[in-house]
Amino acid sequence: MNAILALENGKVFKGKSFGASGERCGEVVFNTSMTGYQEILTDPSYKGQIVAMTYPLIGNYGINTEDVESRKIFLEGFVVKEYSKIASSWRSEKSLGDYLKENNILGVEGIDTRKLTLEIREAGAMKAVLSTLDMDEKSLVEKARKSSGLVGIDLVKEVSIDKKYVRSGQKDKFKVVVLDCGVKYNTLREFAKRHCQVVVVPSDTSSEEIIKLKPDGIMLSNGPGDPAAVSYVIETTRKLIGKVPIFGICLGQQMLGLAMGGKTYKLKFGHHGVNHPVKDIRTGKVYITVQNHGFCVDIDSLNKKDIEITHINLNDNTLEGMRHKRLPVFSVQFHPEAGAGPHDAEYLFDEFIEMMKKHKA
Amino acid sequence: MPKRTDIKKILIIGSGPIVIGQACEFDYSGTQACKVLKQEGFEVVLVNSNPATIMTDPELADKTYIEPITVDAITKIIAKERPDALLPTLGGQTALNAAVNLDKAGVLKKYKVETIGANIKAIKKGEDRRLFKQAMEKIGLDLPKSDKAYNLEDAIEVAKRIGFPVIIRPSFTLGGTGGSVAYNLEEFRGLAKRGLEASMISEILIEESVVGWKEFELEVMRDLKDNVVIICSIENFDPMGVHTGDSITVAPVQTLTDREYQKMRDAAIACIREIGVETGGSNIQFALNPENGRMVIIEMNPRVSRSSALASKATGFPIAKIAAKLAVGFTLDEIPNDITKETPACFEPAIDYCVVKIPRFTFEKFASADSTLTVSMKSVGEAMSIGRTFKEALQKGLRSLEIKKFGLESMLFNSLLDIEIQNGTMEEILQKLRVPNAERIFYVGDAFRAGMDIEKIHELTKIDRWFLHNIKEIIECEKEICLSKDNLNETILKKAKEFGFSDRQLAKILGKKEEEIFSLRKKYNIEPAFKLVDTCAAEFQAFTPYYYSSYDK
Repeated sequence: MNAILALENGKVFKGKSFGASGERCGEVVFNTSMTGYQEILTDPSYKGQIVAMTYPLIGNYGINTEDVESRKIFLEGFVVKEYSKIASSWRSEKSLGDYLKENNILGVEGIDTRKLTLEIREAGAMKAVLSTLDMDEKSLVEKARKSSGLVGIDLVKEVSIDKKYVRSGQKDKFKVVVLDCGVKYNTLREFAKRHCQVVVVPSDTSSEEIIKLKPDGIMLSNGPGDPAAVSYVIETTRKLIGKVPIFGICLGQQMLGLAMGGKTYKLKFGHHGVNHPVKDIRTGKVYITVQNHGFCVDIDSLNKKDIEITHINLNDNTLEGMRHKRLPVFSVQFHPEAGAGPHDAEYLFDEFIEMMKKHKA
Repeated sequence: MPKRTDIKKILIIGSGPIVIGQACEFDYSGTQACKVLKQEGFEVVLVNSNPATIMTDPELADKTYIEPITVDAITKIIAKERPDALLPTLGGQTALNAAVNLDKAGVLKKYKVETIGANIKAIKKGEDRRLFKQAMEKIGLDLPKSDKAYNLEDAIEVAKRIGFPVIIRPSFTLGGTGGSVAYNLEEFRGLAKRGLEASMISEILIEESVVGWKEFELEVMRDLKDNVVIICSIENFDPMGVHTGDSITVAPVQTLTDREYQKMRDAAIACIREIGVETGGSNIQFALNPENGRMVIIEMNPRVSRSSALASKATGFPIAKIAAKLAVGFTLDEIPNDITKETPACFEPAIDYCVVKIPRFTFEKFASADSTLTVSMKSVGEAMSIGRTFKEALQKGLRSLEIKKFGLESMLFNSLLDIEIQNGTMEEILQKLRVPNAERIFYVGDAFRAGMDIEKIHELTKIDRWFLHNIKEIIECEKEICLSKDNLNETILKKAKEFGFSDRQLAKILGKKEEEIFSLRKKYNIEPAFKLVDTCAAEFQAFTPYYYSSYDK
């Protein structure tokens, strides 16, 4: 089946469908990871986006049930150069194509994803449409232009859970409430590894309800879209600062930034990959980090009297981490939980444990 | 950390004459080092006995000694030149061995020469299999079961304990010389004896066979601040049992999930730290059981290796050049990425193409040599190719070998339209698949032409099904081309070009002239695009004009 990806700047890419049929709009972004397509597909932060993989050969090792990062696929469409018709791995349970079909997600192959990436690098992340139904290029470009995009849209409510749930382990030492704005399972796994009971709550849970759960710490999770559009979480965050130790990841950092009076802005094409060098300013050490964000906290907008910059991106000098100078609050823009990507930054979970320990004492 | 100022004069040891297992790749790395260190204001003294090298060009080092790479000769040079430091990690195994011997002779201590890159302790820990095993066990990494022996009697006892087949690896040799696989006691006796003789210290390691497992390599770099990055991941097309130098290898890895890859990455980082290679590149090899994913570490080279040259060209990341800078104190975040200029060298290259390296053999020149491929290296060279798909890169690589094959052509069949299977044909295919040999890749193609399926070929070769599937797609495309006869339309021709078929190969398949295919291609406007190797999958602008061709739009 033929499929077309049309961009709002009028550029059109033709390929073949290997997933579900249909038509979906989204912001098109590229991801430079060479492994980890399954984790990318199930990362809720991609809600509202069509993801193109720069690595050309995708689907090689199939899909297994262990490596999912959330309960389903949230992204709007998946674009690759060559889809592998064979899934070769002792852990593979089904093919990528079948997985996309089951989840009713469009997958397109035969696209020159390098050309597409260059297009995005020059013009920035763009609104786009992916279709197997409409083959009229003009009509598709028009649809892309008319689509809503990401700015000002609350996508968190689309990915957050409806009801809270608890994950307990043995010998749990701390209770962490995870405000689910699109949390990845690996974050929960990292807490479990460190003997934390996690209570995952919907994103619209009020600060009073959270406090009532008597948490030792609060995790502001990653999530999709524009942080400025989730005003209710920002409000909740503002009320929690100083009361309980808080650790923010990705969207969590952006919401913290806003709650502490800073500003956020949209990056040209964002950071989506697993090879971004980030320097921990406190030690001078560099970590290879996992990144997936289109928005960023404006470094200059932060009140430096209260906030210390802890991490910086070595590629473009954007803000990657910050910490309140007096209150138990810190955050990073990248993904210390990895999944997919390197485990270099796991130490931040240890820092959070230390912070909870100190606060408890 | 800025450049060290306490050292002024550095001695670099080259790799000496070209032999199987150690060729011009170390001239490449040594030349890079000379250039960089001179640029940084160090006085460079070079010793290499091979005049047919770029590094021995008079302008490259401050002083060049064309002398044998022996303890005696180098001792005299050290006594005369009095260098502050010795950089032994860029001249292959020869340089590394020379450094160890200089240390043993007390020369380095006597003249207060510091080894930079990797210190003697780290070199020994990486190279001595017993120390390596201890170190890996300490950090919790799994290894094949093994033990070592110094004489035949002990060797037999060890082999019986581990169970056949076993691998015999002599310590301190060049390019795996003397290494072999023994399937029974009878074979073992002869092979163990030869191994003991090949080792500089009459020592062999007898190891659980992981023949047939998937084989991987990671190219790792570390700096004095303990930043560690993986430059390139490599997956071997030929499973364990064939020396990496004789294997078709592919970058990046193709058949590992992110979880498995990250586990390997973590292991590689832990390994370089534990071995204690302070700065520069190391090559770390792993084997993985395809049935259950058990991963074992096989070995590490605490130096720039043959694979480093490949990894540099495969990613655009100049490993030898950066390794030289790290050796004199720079850290990865202080060195800019030459290709992007704006971003630092402290990152992991993202590539958006597939790289295939294919070994080149010349068995025709060595009439008595056994052309079976084993754990000792036999190839005399290699070709690398880049394509947007494995299929494209594989076929480009095969025609780069200059062995009169212009892609994945047939060994056995003249007419591809109706494959004629004669008496003995299947037997020949089975034999060529079962025992690794220089032409196996072509026989895999012929096996598909003869109607064999992926499972059967996998059973015989243990080559991963993903690679086999891709070869099958090439053969199916070839069939489509055959069937199109005089009606080679735009769709089929375009697909053929995307699958890496050359015009000449297509002409041969169709019984036409190469010019005819060329004109047809012009008529349909099917032209290759030239894409950049930029270390970053197009995320940042690249300034280095390093291209590959691909029929991708």
